[in-house]
Amino acid sequence: MAEQLSFAYTGADGVAPVVFKDLDLTVEQGSFVAILGHNGCGKSTLAKHMNGILLPSGGKMYVAGMDTREEALLQEIRRTVGMVFQNPDNQIISSIVEEDVAFAPENLGVAPEEIRRRVDAALDAVGMRAYALHAPHLLSGGQKQRIAIAGVLAMQPRCIVLDEPTAMLDPVGREEVLHTIRRLNREQGVTVVLITHHMDEAAQADRLIVMNEGQIIADGAPKAVFCHVELLQSVGLTVPETVGLLYELRQAGLDVPLDALSVEECAAAIAAAL
Amino acid sequence: MEPIIETQKLTHIYSVGTPFEHTALHEVDFCAYPGEILGLIGHTGSGKSSLIQHLNGLLKPTSGKVLFEGKDIWADPKQIREIRFQVGLVFQYPEYQLFEETVYKDIAFGPRNMKLSDEEVDQRVRAAADWVDLPESVLNRSPFELSGGQKRRAAIAGVLAMRPKVLILDEPTAGLDPRGRENILDTIRRIHREQGTTILLVSHSMDEIARSVDRLYVVNDGMLPYHGTPGEVFAHGTQLREMGLDIPKVTQVAQQLHRMGIPVDANVYTMEDAVRSILALQGKGDGLC
Amino acid sequence: MLKDITLGQYFPGNSVVHRLDPRTKLILTVVYIVALFSACNLLTYALMIGVLIFCIRCSKVGYRAVFRGMKPVLVVVLITGVLNLFYNHTGEVLAKIWVFSIYSGGVRMAVMMVLRIMLLISGTFLLTYTTSPMQLTDGIEQLLGPLKKLHLPIHELAMMMSIALRFIPTLIEETDKIMSAQKARGADFESGNLVAKAKALVPLLVPLFVSALRRADELATAMECRCYIGDYGRTRMNQLVYQRRDGFALVGGFVVLAAIFVLRRVGI
Repeated sequence: MAEQLSFAYTGADGVAPVVFKDLDLTVEQGSFVAILGHNGCGKSTLAKHMNGILLPSGGKMYVAGMDTREEALLQEIRRTVGMVFQNPDNQIISSIVEEDVAFAPENLGVAPEEIRRRVDAALDAVGMRAYALHAPHLLSGGQKQRIAIAGVLAMQPRCIVLDEPTAMLDPVGREEVLHTIRRLNREQGVTVVLITHHMDEAAQADRLIVMNEGQIIADGAPKAVFCHVELLQSVGLTVPETVGLLYELRQAGLDVPLDALSVEECAAAIAAAL
Repeated sequence: MEPIIETQKLTHIYSVGTPFEHTALHEVDFCAYPGEILGLIGHTGSGKSSLIQHLNGLLKPTSGKVLFEGKDIWADPKQIREIRFQVGLVFQYPEYQLFEETVYKDIAFGPRNMKLSDEEVDQRVRAAADWVDLPESVLNRSPFELSGGQKRRAAIAGVLAMRPKVLILDEPTAGLDPRGRENILDTIRRIHREQGTTILLVSHSMDEIARSVDRLYVVNDGMLPYHGTPGEVFAHGTQLREMGLDIPKVTQVAQQLHRMGIPVDANVYTMEDAVRSILALQGKGDGLC
Repeated sequence: MLKDITLGQYFPGNSVVHRLDPRTKLILTVVYIVALFSACNLLTYALMIGVLIFCIRCSKVGYRAVFRGMKPVLVVVLITGVLNLFYNHTGEVLAKIWVFSIYSGGVRMAVMMVLRIMLLISGTFLLTYTTSPMQLTDGIEQLLGPLKKLHLPIHELAMMMSIALRFIPTLIEETDKIMSAQKARGADFESGNLVAKAKALVPLLVPLFVSALRRADELATAMECRCYIGDYGRTRMNQLVYQRRDGFALVGGFVVLAAIFVLRRVGI
């Protein structure tokens, strides 16, 4: 399955403000895609189209070949593309961790023993098995968000869309969540679409898409995209500090490459130029 | 110089005498001088929220003292509201506290609680809105109609309108995108510059703190293990990382270069200083590495 | 301060009481309430207290937790006690205070009413302490299941209840936060007369309401994303199956009820 999500969105209705204009996007099965953009650029709206919470007012949205406008396919679409939101508190519905994780498979009518198996597997995948019987409101933000991810994993989705999952977390929680996402992508082959405005998070993806005013303005490997420093700044975004430093040095006449995302790479690049 | 706000062996224990007893702060000595911009960093649960809520008397110390302009704020518990007007506290996600029909009325809530005259309230509301760049046209709208960034500005204006001598902001940029973050930080720095307000900025973003403050405190496990200029504090990189905190990326790069034997200043923590320090090396010649 | 409220909270555990089927516990709670309201004399009350102590011990929740839960309703209990003390004019006069007289009947009534309310509250608290909200709703849903045939929205009601219970701690925390934020702007929640106090609550209630609505909206979307479409074709991870212990517990419960009816006639 090469083409998992293909998207052609034409805003034609005059009622609501047009969020997208002829947006085309294909997410490959098994990839880790980050979507970057400032608040209000349409990235959350885009996310909600990916599992049929919102329907395109023009154009088509396909999930694994299924048109999201086909109502009969909606359940299948939603279990194919799981969704994790910003505020973990507002997506956990049960007072017990494992009962929350079981919610989606219960809705899908999965047999009880199979639910048990999936819940255990999902909690293992996010490293929260030890908390199966805890009350979610006593957990840290990062832990809660991992529970929310487990709740989605229990549907055994092929793709997970995360809408700013770390915006409300501190650096420790952020790292926990990111680590979990990366592992799911690498070890279980789950397609990940990460929506964020943190450059350092976006830098960890295989592919980076930058959105502005409902349009894609850059698309490619993070290293390549971050080289367009002026473009990113012009739409209210920044680049990772390391790239920023190299850019400033380059502006000042030092011959350094721009594509260094880690501290080590950046230091090596500077050392080589001196 | 006399500190404007100071704590002496401040200790706070929650739920004393129950199985949930928990020491949030342990003999904390903190002080802020008039006109400073101070930073306070620590991860969630380190005790930083407890500390700031002591500074304006929302929490009462279990033991120890909080002094404002040299006087114990709990000397007369009836006067504690006066302290809250002097030491303004902007909570995390302050937009969730907006409640009035109009932005104007919401900003006026604090000044009205101070029992100021109508003219004085009006003047303060307009001035505060101006400081945070809220246009006049917004004042008569419902706060719930504003954009996310504007809501936050309105909420900050609500505290500024009390004209506090000390302004504490808890994670003022949380949840904003890079441009929104930069705008809020600019506003804070401008208020500091133009009004001379003493500012305490609470954050877990080191990059943000590094660029904004004169001095900073690290909170960990209910204590303040490090304080000083950003350079002094960031020198403890390894220990900070153990506390779940990160030093700014540029400092990490500089330290890495240093380890590689390049004599760059390992204490830089802003982009400008890093660039200057690296370029200085280039000028010195090529035979360095 | 607000965090002390334990209303409707669940203490995870693995005691016999925890492991009972929620339906059993619900039926027993109803039996307990009927028994309690049938109790009318010393002996019957003694038996009810005994039953409660027995249940608390079995549940391993601890007396402290049960009594802590009672704090918020203490005022109501006291007012009930005092009213009964003065309004019952049977028996002999024990004391006279100004224009009020206390009769022996009043004392008896007051003690009984206070006991009754306290037993009622601790008994029902024990149910929520030992039964997770999800189990509780499952139990209610199954017990009331036959009513679905009458097109009553039993599943929806059960779901609403479990979500309400889930959000109690979250909203309490939120209330605390908003209160602190408004106090930082000089709001005064304590002083003034009743009208002033009610007015002072506006800055607290409006944001709380707005936030609850926003949460509800987000939660609904999150539930949809997790394929929730109501009661159609839903299964459960933890199937409810009556065990032997449920049989014992139910028999025990009805024996106590019968005993109460017998002891009523003894009448001490």
